[in-house]
Amino acid sequence: MIHTRKLTKNFTVKKDTVEAVKGVDIDVAPGELVAFLGPNGAGKSTTLRMLTTLLRPTSGSATVAGLDVVADPAGVRARIGYIGQGNGGGHSYRVIDEMIMQGRFYGMNTTDATARAKELLTSLDLADLAKRTVIKLSGGQRRRMDVALGLMHSPRLLFLDEPSTGMDPQNRANLWEHIMRMRAEHGTTIVLTTHYMDEADSMSERVIVIDHGAIIADNTAARLKADLAGDLLAVEVAAASAAEVRGLLARAAAEGELEEHAFDGVVRFRLRLSNGARLAPELLRRMHDAGAPAQSLELKPPTLDDVFLELTGRSLREGAEV
Amino acid sequence: MANTRVEQAEQKPGLDRVLRDTWYVFWREMLLPLRDPFSLVFSLLQPLVFLGLFGPLLGSAVGAPAFGGQSTLQWFLPGVVVMIALFGTSMTGSNLQYELMTGSYERILATPLSRSSLMIGRALKEWAPLVVQGLLISVVCIPFGFVLHPLHVLFGLIILGIFGIGLGALSYSLALVSQNKEWIFWGVQQTLLFPLMILSGIMLPIEAGPEWMKVASLFNPLTYLVNAERELFAGAVGVDTLYGLLAAVVTAAVGLVVGIRAISRNTN
Ligand SMILES: Nc1ncnc2c1ncn2[C@@H]1O[C@H](COP(=O)(O)OP(=O)(O)OP(=O)(O)O)[C@@H](O)[C@H]1O
Ligand SMILES: [Mg+2]
Repeated sequence: MIHTRKLTKNFTVKKDTVEAVKGVDIDVAPGELVAFLGPNGAGKSTTLRMLTTLLRPTSGSATVAGLDVVADPAGVRARIGYIGQGNGGGHSYRVIDEMIMQGRFYGMNTTDATARAKELLTSLDLADLAKRTVIKLSGGQRRRMDVALGLMHSPRLLFLDEPSTGMDPQNRANLWEHIMRMRAEHGTTIVLTTHYMDEADSMSERVIVIDHGAIIADNTAARLKADLAGDLLAVEVAAASAAEVRGLLARAAAEGELEEHAFDGVVRFRLRLSNGARLAPELLRRMHDAGAPAQSLELKPPTLDDVFLELTGRSLREGAEV
Repeated sequence: MANTRVEQAEQKPGLDRVLRDTWYVFWREMLLPLRDPFSLVFSLLQPLVFLGLFGPLLGSAVGAPAFGGQSTLQWFLPGVVVMIALFGTSMTGSNLQYELMTGSYERILATPLSRSSLMIGRALKEWAPLVVQGLLISVVCIPFGFVLHPLHVLFGLIILGIFGIGLGALSYSLALVSQNKEWIFWGVQQTLLFPLMILSGIMLPIEAGPEWMKVASLFNPLTYLVNAERELFAGAVGVDTLYGLLAAVVTAAVGLVVGIRAISRNTN
């Protein structure tokens, strides 16, 4: 569905060159659901804009839905849907008018467009607002309208740039339900960007991590976490048994470092284990046998943030604006 | 549903595609005034106010012979119509500016609409009220000695529409290049509009001015347009009309070429 080779975008701002996207290779098969994850300014939107023909690549190539984005931009546009990072509804327009016009832009007749608009507005919880002007909608309502606009023509390939930003949890869940249903019913291929890690984690099969315009990881969320982060294990023991436990843990954590903090006669060890849940019971048994029982144990599965931290040394959560 | 569109896109955007897309863009723009009837009525009546206040002063200010022996109204009214067209279509880019600031322009750019239709549709929206306004002021002026030649007037309005597409496309381009520096749009628009107007004899006969003005007016496409409208409003079709039509077509062609360039430059 999507193939890019060395896709690059430089911007020139007052004689300075900003390398927004630095030669990325992306391949997306039909029906895939892929999330671009990266901090602010990573180049997510720029990549999406090149794939949707809104920006001309500086160099490299991209084929989208079988067509070259530079040679046949009009053909590409007819085959895709795009929900940009900004608000798509014209400020002075009525919600329903914009929806119907959007359908007509894609060649739907008025009857179909009206029916589809009403269906989408209802399911995105906007039916009561159909006759409001866009400027009178709240941020979250506007975002839901953006999504509705993008879904009007049921595209086979859909690009979404931070679709859930500004939505409350209920509407985010609702949005995802929609996307998943579209996918199940029409086999839609979906490419989205997000900096909500939990979203990338739970919703998409495949996560492409972008930082400073380059792809630094591309795999399923589960593989990325297993390969790059591992479970975080924290054990507390009495200070007297610390030496014993240190030895045991050091052997278990072949790679990665072992942290420890002592307080109030207790020592707290922290380490990453690629297979922590599997290893923990055995570890507890050995500690017990060595006469150094654990006072408490905490096991945390890794998050994509841990992956990002491992890859870049920075946390996504801090917003890491560079 | 989307399949129909995909098949159409296989071919180059033909004239029928451009026409249909233009209609959609035009119609979306028209929704704004149509949904706000009060402002619509108000804007349609505005030229009447202008004409009512300015017309009576005109005859006494300039000697009657300069008006080519016609009644003042017969001479002045076509000028007003051209002026409305000028003001209206040169504002095409200003509505676009708002849409550039939000994501709605980008959303529309990502649809399969043909690029020229984006400009033509918007320009025609600025021109459309003129048809109503032009006919309205013509009818209102009949009791004051204006002789209405409906078909000629209609033809005159169509010429203005063609011209308006060109001017609208130029205004659209101006809005694109002045993105994030909105004041440039207004600066350029205002700076160009008034000299063009005065040097075309819209308000006052250019024949009354000095030689250099007469020469300058020959290089102003608007001059030919104004002359054509005067001829048509007087109920004649002749050389002036032909030159006016030519000036309009040339303006439209130049405007669209510049506009398409501006849109594709905007993707860099
Ligand atoms: N039109 C432009 N002109 C100049 N620089 C630009 C332009 N658009 C983007 N950039 C720069 O390119 C880089 C990548 O921007 P991009 O919008 O792709 O980031 P992003 O990953 O989408 O970030 P965010 O999460 O904040 O949306 C940034 O450094 C940005 O400042
Ligand atoms: Mg972005």
